Amino acid sequence: MAVNADFQGRTYPPTPPYAVGRAKIREFAEAVGASDPVHVDPSVATGRGYADVIAPPTFAVLIAQQCDAQLIRDPEAGIDYSRVVHGEQRFAHHRPITAGDEVVGVLTVDSVKEAGGHAMVTTRSELATTGGEPLCTATSTIVIRGGE
Amino acid sequence: MAIRKAKDVAVGEELPGRTVHVERATLVQYAGASLDRNPIHWDERFAKSVGLPDVIAHGMFTMGSVVGVVSDWAGDAGRVVEYGVRFTKPVVVPYEGGADIEVAAVVKKLDQETRRAAVELTVTCDGVKVLGRALAVVALD
Repeated sequence: MAVNADFQGRTYPPTPPYAVGRAKIREFAEAVGASDPVHVDPSVATGRGYADVIAPPTFAVLIAQQCDAQLIRDPEAGIDYSRVVHGEQRFAHHRPITAGDEVVGVLTVDSVKEAGGHAMVTTRSELATTGGEPLCTATSTIVIRGGE
Repeated sequence: MAIRKAKDVAVGEELPGRTVHVERATLVQYAGASLDRNPIHWDERFAKSVGLPDVIAHGMFTMGSVVGVVSDWAGDAGRVVEYGVRFTKPVVVPYEGGADIEVAAVVKKLDQETRRAAVELTVTCDGVKVLGRALAVVALD
């Protein structure tokens, strides 16, 4: 089944708030080998001017993936998840994601393209606090491999 | 750890590189932490059934682990303000011995006015580039 090109330009409603916690930041930092104490020690973080411990640069993917799930799980979109490969990922941080943040994401489907039997879908998740402060723009391109 | 100053940086400067060693256990840990539980990253039988040579690392694990080179050089992980990569080749992680990801990085651009440096990462596994266009922008002091 082909990816539905009508989804290009579609914007979804904000995701339910994701509460960023110290424990999840620590767990993620350990999993990627991020050794900067700013991820685990609140006194280091506040000493550098942050409100609390901050997340590593790619932590935002956790929340962006929840945004993308709205599209991927939509049967109308025609995306076969078993054929999905991650092609490209980009983060532009407006400020570091910080423990205590309540984060909502708004997903927009920037483009849907077909090339060489494969489909490429580029999505953009605008992450912000529930108070409206911009945190991160996460852009992702997935490739849906064509059938044999 | 002091924050690196723009005036102490030059285009062409090489950052200290590193080797990131990956085992199956590393991927299971990342799967739990990131909530990306796709079995191609931990179940060899499943990975092979969908045409992969073996279990492969999460692209996001590779992206997330190699940026430590940039964070540590900057002196604060919060100074990495932009970061983007293309996933060009998978990192295959065999049961025996795991895999080694080699990371090198160099300053490609520097703006003394905004104190922002663009750092290009070269990331290989078994001599093959696994990330393309890997670029991080760092806000320096």
